[in-house]
Amino acid sequence: MSRYLRLLLVQLRASALLAVQYRSDFFIDGVISLFWTATAIVPLLVVFQDRALLQDWSMAEAMVVTGWFVFLNAILEGGINPGLQAVVEQIRKGTLDFVLLKPADSQFLVSTSRFQLWRVSNLLAAAAIFIFAFHRMGRLPSLGGILASALLLVAATAVLYSLWILTVSAAFFVVKVDNLTYLFGSIFDAARWPATVFRGVVRFVFTFVIPLALMTTYPAEALLGRLEASKLLFSLLGAAAFTALARWVWMRSIAHYTSASS
Amino acid sequence: MSLKGTVRAMPTLLRVGFSEAVAYRAEMLIWVLSTTMPFVMLALWSSVAHEQPVLAESGRRFGEAEFTAYFLTTFVVRQLASSWAAWEMNYEVRTGALSMRLLRPLHPLVAYGAENIAALPMRIAVCLPVVALSLWAVGTSAVPRGGLRWLAFLAALLGAWLITFLANVCIGCLSLFMQSSVKVMEVWLAAYFVFSGYLIPIELFPGWLRQAVDFLPWRYQIGLPVELLSSMQEPAGALPLLGVQWAYVLGLGLLAQLLWRKGLSRFAAYGG
Repeated sequence: MSRYLRLLLVQLRASALLAVQYRSDFFIDGVISLFWTATAIVPLLVVFQDRALLQDWSMAEAMVVTGWFVFLNAILEGGINPGLQAVVEQIRKGTLDFVLLKPADSQFLVSTSRFQLWRVSNLLAAAAIFIFAFHRMGRLPSLGGILASALLLVAATAVLYSLWILTVSAAFFVVKVDNLTYLFGSIFDAARWPATVFRGVVRFVFTFVIPLALMTTYPAEALLGRLEASKLLFSLLGAAAFTALARWVWMRSIAHYTSASS
Repeated sequence: MSLKGTVRAMPTLLRVGFSEAVAYRAEMLIWVLSTTMPFVMLALWSSVAHEQPVLAESGRRFGEAEFTAYFLTTFVVRQLASSWAAWEMNYEVRTGALSMRLLRPLHPLVAYGAENIAALPMRIAVCLPVVALSLWAVGTSAVPRGGLRWLAFLAALLGAWLITFLANVCIGCLSLFMQSSVKVMEVWLAAYFVFSGYLIPIELFPGWLRQAVDFLPWRYQIGLPVELLSSMQEPAGALPLLGVQWAYVLGLGLLAQLLWRKGLSRFAAYGG
């Protein structure tokens, strides 16, 4: 365990060195995250121009959901995307061999191989949204609410990561899937609004098939102090099951790997 | 190369581009599927309108039908007025593959344009189900009548494609000055999402922003053609907007020409 922790630190340091080398990226990423945050916020401003509530969500409450969306997007683009995107390329070129030869768990190695640390700017944007939203509501989140949302954040990250592992696993069977990652990103876009806003089939899909509700709506509800305990429990159990499934699929897929060239 | 030679090469270029689009059809389908944003927006807005229609400052009432028509049209326009030359140029400048293009007796910018246009038939094929779906959802009465409106729409669509393509070329040329301009393209895209009418019909913007948006290029990439086709804009009333759009086309064209010439002299053709 301590070996993996040390390994993680080494990988993080390498990414940090890379990030420091491209310092100007911090500003560019900052500007980009400002715009993306605007794409998430502007629709809300327009929707709530002429009404106070949208399906029991006030504007400030809906902004908490958007805040979680921006937050998770930062985790996705800073921590999950960079490493796993490289795997697709490695599978195609056959250079995954070098990873598999190393005396450590392959899933761990590929997942931690690269971080985009400047995406931290998105976390700042998320924090600003939270502060603004709770300032508008004129209250603070309860301690229990913060704890519950932190737990859900872990669950959400696990689900997001597992979805990615499943996507990448497809690369072992299909040759070119690097743009599947964009597809995934665009589906995740729907997580910026409370899941209850969607109706019918769409809502079912976003709750159970691609659990977007778990990722942003539930943490927001927890922070607002109105998430039922059963939802919390089911989310945690579901996330654990999903992670186990992704792990199983990864092990199966890696067995399927036949070094492309070399 | 002479104009005549370019014109003669065009059919071949288009045929090659079309074959490429057919060969990578699965990849393209995923690209198209990853532009599902209009559908996500449609789900949100129709749910909003389901409770109570949204009233624009202009007094227009946006109900579920209006949003359906608007966002399905948005999807189609996005597919038709699309270009990816900036990424391609970045890649070719970085790897030096651009030198191969320079050897050909054909202006590379023309070649990029031809490649992007040649993918259109495949994209139209993907759009057809969406068009059928929108006709089924909003009814054929929503299809605009009148040749003038269609003419204005086609002019706006062509202008939209040209702005998209020329902006791509301009940003692609920047890679000759700064190694990689992919980040610049990301900034452009983010602004495009916010200000083009892709997420929200521009009529629903607050007043001051609506006026500012009319002066920015992005509104002419999506908003104008969509508004013309979904009858939110009268052809005669849209004339000033069309004028601004084509002024942007001209300006970006000149800028692209300038950046290309200045940038090319810095091209070192590493690798290749």
